[in-house]
Amino acid sequence: MDKRTTNNIAVGVLWVAAGITVTVLGAIILYVFINGIRVLSPEFIFTWPEGVNSEGGVWPTIISTLYVTGLAMLICTPVAVLAAVYLAEYAHQGKTVSTIRFAADSLASVPSIVMGLFGFALFVEAMGLGLSMLSAALALSLLMLPIVMRATEEAIRSVPRYIRWGSYGMGATKWQTVGRVVLPAAAPRVITGIVLATGRAVGETAVVFYTMGQAIWLPISPLDSGRPMTVHLYLLAVEGINIPAAYGTALLLMLMILGFNLGARWILKRYRKV
Amino acid sequence: MTLDKAAFAHKHHTHIEPLEVKITVRGLNFWYSDFNALTGITVDIKKKAVTAFIGPSGCGKSTFLRCMNRMNDLIPGTRVEGKMHLDGADIYGPGVDPVDLRRRVGMIFQQPNPFPQSIYDNVAYGPRLQGIKKKSDLDQIVEESLRRANVWKEVKDILGRGGLTLSGGQQQRLCIARVLAVQPEVLLMDEPCSAIDPTSVQKIEDLMAELKDTVTIVIVTHNMQQAARVSDFTAFFLQEVAGDPAVLVEYGRTSEIFTSPTDKRTEDYITGRFG
Repeated sequence: MDKRTTNNIAVGVLWVAAGITVTVLGAIILYVFINGIRVLSPEFIFTWPEGVNSEGGVWPTIISTLYVTGLAMLICTPVAVLAAVYLAEYAHQGKTVSTIRFAADSLASVPSIVMGLFGFALFVEAMGLGLSMLSAALALSLLMLPIVMRATEEAIRSVPRYIRWGSYGMGATKWQTVGRVVLPAAAPRVITGIVLATGRAVGETAVVFYTMGQAIWLPISPLDSGRPMTVHLYLLAVEGINIPAAYGTALLLMLMILGFNLGARWILKRYRKV
Repeated sequence: MTLDKAAFAHKHHTHIEPLEVKITVRGLNFWYSDFNALTGITVDIKKKAVTAFIGPSGCGKSTFLRCMNRMNDLIPGTRVEGKMHLDGADIYGPGVDPVDLRRRVGMIFQQPNPFPQSIYDNVAYGPRLQGIKKKSDLDQIVEESLRRANVWKEVKDILGRGGLTLSGGQQQRLCIARVLAVQPEVLLMDEPCSAIDPTSVQKIEDLMAELKDTVTIVIVTHNMQQAARVSDFTAFFLQEVAGDPAVLVEYGRTSEIFTSPTDKRTEDYITGRFG
């Protein structure tokens, strides 16, 4: 075979591989969109479920999802960011650090249903928080922790050394350098990591299924129970009671996650320019 | 090869007139872990003058520069032996906080390194570290520092813009302004002009001539014309054999080093026979 033919074949194979990826994504989105768009309406979004919770809208589930995700973000972010600062800037780079990093990576690959079970055992039962927003947020933050931590660590490491030198070179302490130069410089990527982890939490089902309960309820206190969108979707579909509403919820969920991801890109792009 | 320290010191004390000394170095050795990078460095850096360090790549001149504000402390495994005094006080003495030292001995790097913040915040960084919060005080320091760094005219209307939006040469002058804002006594410049355009090089060289009335300047440069143009004193460093420690071959008034070097190796380097 001559060189040009080989090249054409290689390009063709790569093209097909890339094409499959895009097609699969497109098919899923299209399928959910076509099936979901029919029921999507302001009433569907802003009203409560009716009957055996299979008719009507999904409003309380949207609020439950946003509530628990926001709470999880608030719990996870400080811990993850501070841990990452310690790992990247302070910890003696060696066995301990690589062990912690390995632990974080392993934590990220724990199946979410196991995390849910653990969250149920620890937060719901042992700590007595019950099926609540707080239990679910704590369990979700375990899921988000490694994602935010690794993103932050990478972001901190990507701040050029000579920028730190500039700060040290004029008599700044390490903490001043980290707090006033390194973290602000890393902020866009840290925020991107947080937003992506939040997107992941929005779509999480198993963890919240175990820890939040299923009550249709507008949560006010962190100890209130609720039903997140993913669980609502699961129940609608598995009980076969209202498949169109399940697709409507699925579409809504996907739009929210898409919003989060676009938001992350926007933040990154906007602050890169400075 | 090591020089006879006593003879060396003697030789140079005799033909340098007694300007006030800012930094005194006697028999300094430096290690990166097991690698002995510098040996037997003895030199007096004169106050309110420009001293240039020249020599081929890898001759330890930047390493020596970083000894002066203990930036090498940031590199694990480094070690210093010998004496280095700033105004008579031991830079490496017990109880000396490198953080305080670096405020007095500021540094400019090869790569302009403004923080990814506004021009104003870059210059206000140091004063803020020292606890200056009042807007009017900061405004005044920022303007004065930018003026001293010859960049005020170009940036006075865009102080809120990001420091990284400036050209390379402007960025370097912004970095100089940032250091000047903390009123350093000594300014160490590690090849400050090697990454910027010729027009800006000219501006930075002019700036050094103005600054030396108030600040002691030490500059590492690869460019011998630059050393000849800007400096009052010149020190020539050389690592003769790869793997051996580098030495300070010759130190003296720039005019003498460039016209009548006493060491054959200095002459060879200056006339471009190697390096």
